Amino acid sequence: MTPTPAMRTGRRGGASRPTPGRGLRALPTALLFLLPTVVVLGTFNFYPAVYSLYLSFFKWNGLSPTKQPVGFSNYGQLLSSGEFWNSLRVTVLYAGGMTIAALAVGMLVAVLLNQRIAGRAVYRVLYFLPVITPTVAAGVVWRYLFDPTQGVVNRGLAMVGIGGPSWLTDPSWALLAVVIVGVWKRVGFNMVVYLAALQGIPQAHYEAAQLDGANAWQQFRFITLPLLAPSTFFLTVTALIDAFQVFDLVYVMTSGGPLKGTDVIGYYLYRYGFRYNELGFASAIAYVMFLLIFVVTLVQFRLNRQGATYAT
Amino acid sequence: MRRRPLTRVLTHALLIGGAFLSAMPFLWMITTSLKPEGALYQPPLLVPTHFDWHNYVEAWKAAPFPRFFLNSAVMTVGITAAQTLSSAMAGYAFARLRFPGRNIVFLLVLGTMMIPFPITIIPSFLIVAHLGWLNTFQGLIVPRAVSAFAIFLFRQFFLSIPPELEEAALIDGAGRFTIFWRVVLPLSGPVIAASAIFSFLFAWNDFLWPLLVTTRTDMQTIQLARVSWLSG
Repeated sequence: MTPTPAMRTGRRGGASRPTPGRGLRALPTALLFLLPTVVVLGTFNFYPAVYSLYLSFFKWNGLSPTKQPVGFSNYGQLLSSGEFWNSLRVTVLYAGGMTIAALAVGMLVAVLLNQRIAGRAVYRVLYFLPVITPTVAAGVVWRYLFDPTQGVVNRGLAMVGIGGPSWLTDPSWALLAVVIVGVWKRVGFNMVVYLAALQGIPQAHYEAAQLDGANAWQQFRFITLPLLAPSTFFLTVTALIDAFQVFDLVYVMTSGGPLKGTDVIGYYLYRYGFRYNELGFASAIAYVMFLLIFVVTLVQFRLNRQGATYAT
Repeated sequence: MRRRPLTRVLTHALLIGGAFLSAMPFLWMITTSLKPEGALYQPPLLVPTHFDWHNYVEAWKAAPFPRFFLNSAVMTVGITAAQTLSSAMAGYAFARLRFPGRNIVFLLVLGTMMIPFPITIIPSFLIVAHLGWLNTFQGLIVPRAVSAFAIFLFRQFFLSIPPELEEAALIDGAGRFTIFWRVVLPLSGPVIAASAIFSFLFAWNDFLWPLLVTTRTDMQTIQLARVSWLSG
């Protein structure tokens, strides 16, 4: 490596020099540059995060001047309510199902599109279209598509001789319908990230494997899959964080029903916070949700560190 | 790589099947929007047979759609402009100014990306209500005027600009803000575009926050209108 001017003069970093932008003298300028950030993030992120925790120890309807301190009873009530455990089960099923299915489909599409085939650009656009569609619009349209007798989905199923269920009004099928729409909206994003990663895998790996007589499946299993692991990790973490907070889709498609069959935690929180005005209890729900996301993310980082990494 | 014809046919069959499922709701939307009243569920459902443009005219007249579009546009432009400018400024401070506590503040900013939205939503709503900002554009825009993700994006980009350019301006007597505005920003086209696209998509598609802070029809965004006019 040839020494850069910054290195020769013995200065650190090269990015920041001993100009007026250094030390205490830089503080007023820095404060000015950071003013909007500090004010907005402070007021609408940090303060609310702390205040939520505080609120979760009170019973309050948001209007009365006094908040009634109740200790841990909001949390106690939460953990002993069947509604909460139902909500947790539904959320985990949604998050798990949506994440895994979207990863699998996204990877398959990316691998297929990574070849030199006709119409590649058109395929990419078609698969990416749902990603940029507003969730609300998608939910509204899919509600019609899932109509039990007249909808496109069941008519399509009938054409191959399957009697489709009454999707959104059937407690055992509604969640699957929401998962399907979640996957539909996610696949394109996963595809783009996987495509970028696939293009970074050196062709030499495959050539070496072919010389050793590896078939297509073995090449996928022992080269592609392990080298995509960092992308898979990124996509899993972000998909799960999003999925645990799902709200719009449920609000539009099912409103948490039927029989609370799609009452995900995000919707459960909305009901208590903004319909029943139990702000303390809703804050407790929010913190339990935060804890859940935090633990799930932590576990993933642990698992990722244990997994083998291939150097390219 | 040479491929056998059979493999190629199979690949296309899979891709076309998937692309059909992916695009089917859009086909349905177009076809249905062109059907006359009462023919909503009449087959064929995916191929346009009628070309009745009346629905568009009537939808436009039935609800104050121009107003909803205007609300969405003002909110989206506001959020995009605010996020881009505030994040560029913050990103510049983190990339170039050496002030005490810089790393801690930067970590705190990144940390906000990990705070789930639901935790902040109730107190944020209370603050906005307390300020009397319900049903106003500042209530829709200000709480989302900063994006930690965009700050991160800008900081990484600014670190890649050679500092010599700024030093030259400094020697010529320019202040930090002049340097930022006249030297750094004009070089930052790509990152400004990237950040603005993310902000725009986020703001235009956002649902929960506008749902909470608007109660009057004339302040609703297009995403809210879509739902309330559907069920109403």
